[in-house]
Amino acid sequence: MVLGTYKEVVAARSTDKQIQKIAQDGGIVSALFCYALDEKLIDGAVVAGPTEELWKPAPTVAMTAEEVLAAAGTKYTFSPNVWMLKKAARQYGLEKIGTVAIPCQLMGIRKMQSYPFGVRFLADKIALTVGIFCMENFPFASLQTFISEKMGIDPSLVEKMDIGKGKFWAYTADDVYTLPLKETHGYEQNGCKVCLDYVAELADVSTGSVGTPDGWSTVLTRTDAGETIFKAAVDAGVIETKAMDDVKPGLGMLEKLATDKKTKAMKVIDDRKAMGLPVPYKASSEKEDPLANV
Amino acid sequence: MSILARIKSFLGLEAKPDKEAKPKQEASQQEVEKVAEEKAKPRIGYIHLSGCTGDAISLTENYDILAELLTNMVDIVYGQTLVDLWEMPEMDLALVEGSCCLQDEHSVKELMEVREKAALVCALGSCAATGCFTRYSRGGQQAQPGHESFVPIADLVKVDCAVPGCPPSPEIIAKTVVALINGDMDYLQPMLDLAGYTEACGCDLQTKVVNQALCIGCGTCAMSCQTRALSMTNGRPELNEDRCIKCGVCYVQCPRSWWPAEQINKDLGL
Ligand SMILES: Cc1cc2nc3c(=O)[nH]c(=O)nc-3n(C[C@H](O)[C@H](O)[C@H](O)COP(=O)(O)OP(=O)(O)OC[C@H]3O[C@@H](n4cnc5c(N)ncnc54)[C@H](O)[C@@H]3O)c2cc1C
Ligand code: SF4
Ligand code: SF4
Ligand code: SF4
Repeated sequence: MVLGTYKEVVAARSTDKQIQKIAQDGGIVSALFCYALDEKLIDGAVVAGPTEELWKPAPTVAMTAEEVLAAAGTKYTFSPNVWMLKKAARQYGLEKIGTVAIPCQLMGIRKMQSYPFGVRFLADKIALTVGIFCMENFPFASLQTFISEKMGIDPSLVEKMDIGKGKFWAYTADDVYTLPLKETHGYEQNGCKVCLDYVAELADVSTGSVGTPDGWSTVLTRTDAGETIFKAAVDAGVIETKAMDDVKPGLGMLEKLATDKKTKAMKVIDDRKAMGLPVPYKASSEKEDPLANV
Repeated sequence: MSILARIKSFLGLEAKPDKEAKPKQEASQQEVEKVAEEKAKPRIGYIHLSGCTGDAISLTENYDILAELLTNMVDIVYGQTLVDLWEMPEMDLALVEGSCCLQDEHSVKELMEVREKAALVCALGSCAATGCFTRYSRGGQQAQPGHESFVPIADLVKVDCAVPGCPPSPEIIAKTVVALINGDMDYLQPMLDLAGYTEACGCDLQTKVVNQALCIGCGTCAMSCQTRALSMTNGRPELNEDRCIKCGVCYVQCPRSWWPAEQINKDLGL
C-alpha cells in the first residue's frame, strides 16, 4: 500500500487549453478548483499564490477562476497553506473551503479535523482537499542557489521549474536548463527526510506528474467526496481521462518512487530513534506494514 | 487502579459484559428501556478553579447534543451555579477548569478533594492543563495581592487526561465526551498522554520541532494559535512572545509532535 488507500487511479488532464498551457502538469488542481467554484461546491480555495518576490509563493484565498489560475504551477518552496485555512473561514467568511496541499500539510489538516483541540468551527468547513505528490521541498535560498549560482540564470527570466527524470529543470522563454538532482542534494528541507507520504495519502483527490506522460497527471481518488467531485468534473467534460495501463511510464513508476521515498525515510526514522531524537512515527519494528505512514 | 481500569470502570465496562451482550433480538422495548435505566449514568462534576469560564461556555456551545447529553447520557452531580450542592459527592469524572493558586487554600483544598472523590480527573482547557496565561501571574494585584502562584493542576494531583485549548473547541469537548461514553480508548489516548504536557510555550515549536529537524513549514501551528502569536516566515513559525499565552495548542496541533494515523484513517474511512 505504498500509494495509500484509493478508489481509482487514472491518467487525466484538463480539457481547457488555457489551463493546459499554464499548469504544471495536467492542470488537475486548477481544473478541479475552477469546476468546484463554478458548481458552488466550494466558496473559495487556498492556493500557493504569487507574491512580489518571484517564485516565493504565499498562501492565498482564490475566489474566482482567475485567482485560481494566477496560482497555477509548482513552486518548489514553502507555502504554508494550512495557515490560511482559518483566515479563509473567519476573514473571508467561507463555509466550504477547498485547498491544495502537499502531503505534510494534509497531515496537519487531518490531525486538526480529528483532534481540533484549539481550532473552533473549521474542521467541518474543509470541503475539498486536492493533494499533490511530493518528494521533498526546498528553502527559498536553496532555489536561489540552484537558479542563480548552479545554473547561472537570472531568476526573473525563469518561467517554469520542474523536477523529473532525475533532473531539476528551469525553463526560460528561449531555453531549457537542467541540473542533475545529485546537485540539489543537501539543499532539501531536513524535515522531509522522515516523511512517509509521497502521494498525499490523506487527500480527497491526489495528483502528480509521476506515472503519466508530459502534459498529463496521475490522479487517485480516495474519499467519497473526492470521488464524487472528480467524477462530476469528468462527466462535465472539464477533465479527460485515460486508463493508467494505456500510458507510459505507468503506475509501476509511481509505486517505485513511493517505495524508495518511504524506505529511505524509515531508515532515517530508525536511525533517529536509535540516537534518542524525537520523531512522531513508529520504528520499523513497531509496525505491521513497515512503509505505512504511521 | 490504572487509568485504563478507571476509565473502564467509569464506563461500566468491567461490571457489565458489554453492549453486544444485550439481548438485542428478543428484547422488548420495555426491557431495553430497563437496561438503559439500570446502567447508571456517569456522574460528572465541574470544578472551577482559576479559569475564565471559557471552557464551560465552549462546552455549552454544543447545542445540538447538549440536551441529549444532560438529560439522557450523564448526570451533572456537582458544580458551582450548575448544581445546588455544597458537599462534594463521589464522582466518576471531574472536569477541572482553571489552574490552581497555591496561595488560595480553598482552591488547593478543593483540588485535593476532587482527586479523592473523582475516579477520573480531566484538566479541561489550557489553564488547568498547562497553566496557560496564569503562568504570567506575579501577584501584587487586587482583590488579593498575595495570590501570586498559579500552576497546572497536574503539579498538585495526578491528572488522568487533559484537553488543552484556550478554550478547547466545542468540537473537541463533544468528541471527548462521546468517546468517554462509548469507551473509545483509541480516541482518548492522546488526551491521556497530554496529561503530562504541563509546561507549554510557543517556543516549543522552535525547541521541539525546528531544532529537532522536524519542521516542514506546513503552517498548522500558526493556523491553530488562538491569540495570533504565530506567523510564518521563510516557512518556519515565528513567535511574537508578547502575544503568547503558553496554552500549548500550537505544539499539540503540529503534525510533527504526535501523529494519530490510525484515528485519522478511521475518521476518513480510508
Ligand atoms: C514541493 C513540491 C514537490 C513536488 N514533488 C513532486 C514529485 O516528486 N512527483 C510528482 O509527481 N509531483 C510532485 N509535485 C507536484 C507537481 O509538481 C504538481 O504540482 C502537481 O502535479 C499538480 O499539477 P497540476 O498541473 O495538476 O496543477 P496546477 O493546475 O498547475 O496547480 C498547482 C497547484 O499547486 C499549488 N502549489 C504550487 N506550489 C505549491 C507549494 N509549494 N505548496 C503548496 N501548494 C503549491 C498551486 O497554488 C496550484 O494551485 C510536487 C509539488 C510541490 C509543491
Ligand atoms: S517531502 Fe513530505 S515533509 Fe517534505 S515537503 Fe513534501 S510532503 Fe512535506
Ligand atoms: S504560540 Fe499561540 S498556540 Fe502556541 S502556546 Fe503561544 S498562544 Fe498558545
Ligand atoms: S505545525 Fe508545521 S510549520 Fe508549525 S512547527 Fe509543526 S511542522 Fe513546523
